[in-house]
Amino acid sequence: MLKRTDYLTKNYSAPDSWSIALYERDGGYRSAEKAFGIPREALVDEIKKAHIRGRGGAGFDCGTKMSFMPKESKKPHYLVINGDEGEPGTFKDRSIMEKNPHSLIEGCIIGAYAIGAHVAYIYVRDELHLSKARLEQAIVEARAKGYLGDRPFGRGYGVEVHVHTGAGAYICGEETALLNSLEGRRGEPRIKPPFPAQSGAFGCPTTVNNVETIALLPTALAMGGDTFSQLSLLHSFNDGGARIFGLSGHVKKPGLYECAVGLTLRELIYDLGGGVLGDRKMIGVIPGGSSCPVHLPDEIVNVKDPRFEPFNGKSILDLPLGVDTFRLAGSMLGTCCAMVLSDAVDPVLAIQNLMQFYKHESCGQCTPCREGCGWIVRILDKIVEGKGTMEELDRVHEIANDITGNTICAFGDGAAQPALAFVKRYRKNFEDYILRGGRSQTGRLSL
Amino acid sequence: MAFSLSDERERELSKIVARYPNKMAACIPVLHLCQEANGNWVSDEVIEFVAQKLELGAAHVKGVVTFYTLFNQSPPGRHQVWICRTLSCALRGSGELIEHCEKRLGVHLGETTKNGKVTLRTAECLASCGTAPVMQVDRTYYENLTTEAVDRVLDRLMNE
Repeated sequence: MLKRTDYLTKNYSAPDSWSIALYERDGGYRSAEKAFGIPREALVDEIKKAHIRGRGGAGFDCGTKMSFMPKESKKPHYLVINGDEGEPGTFKDRSIMEKNPHSLIEGCIIGAYAIGAHVAYIYVRDELHLSKARLEQAIVEARAKGYLGDRPFGRGYGVEVHVHTGAGAYICGEETALLNSLEGRRGEPRIKPPFPAQSGAFGCPTTVNNVETIALLPTALAMGGDTFSQLSLLHSFNDGGARIFGLSGHVKKPGLYECAVGLTLRELIYDLGGGVLGDRKMIGVIPGGSSCPVHLPDEIVNVKDPRFEPFNGKSILDLPLGVDTFRLAGSMLGTCCAMVLSDAVDPVLAIQNLMQFYKHESCGQCTPCREGCGWIVRILDKIVEGKGTMEELDRVHEIANDITGNTICAFGDGAAQPALAFVKRYRKNFEDYILRGGRSQTGRLSL
Repeated sequence: MAFSLSDERERELSKIVARYPNKMAACIPVLHLCQEANGNWVSDEVIEFVAQKLELGAAHVKGVVTFYTLFNQSPPGRHQVWICRTLSCALRGSGELIEHCEKRLGVHLGETTKNGKVTLRTAECLASCGTAPVMQVDRTYYENLTTEAVDRVLDRLMNE
């Protein structure tokens, strides 16, 4: 169901979209003021009603995560915002930080109060210098207005927001690696439990949320949680509201499209994205960042769940994009930023490209991931050179399965799943390289 | 020669440290500050300086430096150019752009031009997939790149 919205993106094209004047003209910071009038637990309940599923990829419910924070604790609480956007194909958080930073700052005030924190850290990857500058400026503006500091809105609940910078490591988007990085350490994921709500930043109760998730809080609160949730076609899946969908690769109009949750890939690619570049045939689509499995356009949905009745028997392109719809269909929604592969693309080169990414970004802590990603790249390199064997192709399976579930964090699975999906769906292309030197392949990624 | 910061940067360092409940947390932002003051690389002297300022072991600081790709362990050129090589950009021709840049600058990836002005590298996904292909030059993004646009930027850097 295509329903365009503009809660976060309304002013994206305005020349001063990041200014507090423009943000306040549209009712900015009124939700934060309203939040301070609600008891903490009631505020978390209201956020729960909004059914904001984490926009960073895992899709965990925002309000539920906040409810895990201890009610009483002698230690300080922290809110940490994950702005380490770097999942290949994903570019939505950067747009919020650059073009609508105040939505995130206001979200931080609401979120901090909801979890009993007085300090929020926004962890921004180092490359995003403009994002950092815009956020810093937004913090200065909000403080000058009396929305941050010791007494925001004249109330006695102090909130400070700081921007923290990374230094180039995709793994720091994993929440516990991010916490280590925030603490000034190497960004290696921690073993869970303890979960951040018990022991997160500096050993204190912490909630880590994605940029978009927190930036939606002002909207959800202004509308009321339930009303916000019902914007979504997937309200019955507890997957509420609106979100920013991204589109990249071989499409005519790549970019960001804010819509109600429940948009389908077909609507995203054809109605919003204008279809495949050069009106070529689409051979595959990765639904939400490179860690999601690639899908063939003619894959049919078949899930034994009464809620799937309207979708069963249809193409995966017609399945509404939701955390649970895609999980139950054996896929993953991820960050909801789709990547389109036309028939100009050699799928063997595509997965080689992605596995090079995972090899480069593995933190090296767990052997299956550190070695396995490298082994898969080595095999793919051999296959592309025409020196691979069928036995080695099968070994990609074996290695990927050995990574899955055998690592401290989800990076391992995120690296193994795309390899498995590509080999499964494009096996003939791999075999062509092995048996015929890749003669019938395009040998290209670009048009 | 021992490394030190200007008074202005020292004040910046104090401001950074004040944001956190302990000094260790300032490690990454302080390393960035010092790297910038040291011609964009982190020398052993810088590591010693940061370790002393933040009351950390030099081994800890070195461990941090070697983990993250954006801390240079040797001096780069005056300008650093990163071209995104990951899939969304590759689908839009970044592979061809990388080859073009190598030829134009007469360097391989990871190398610095003979005049010391440009270090050419690839980057993993720069979060700009909708405006691919993209490159980062020092702190600035250049999006929707064409070879002509790349040439204009490279020429400017080389002739500066």
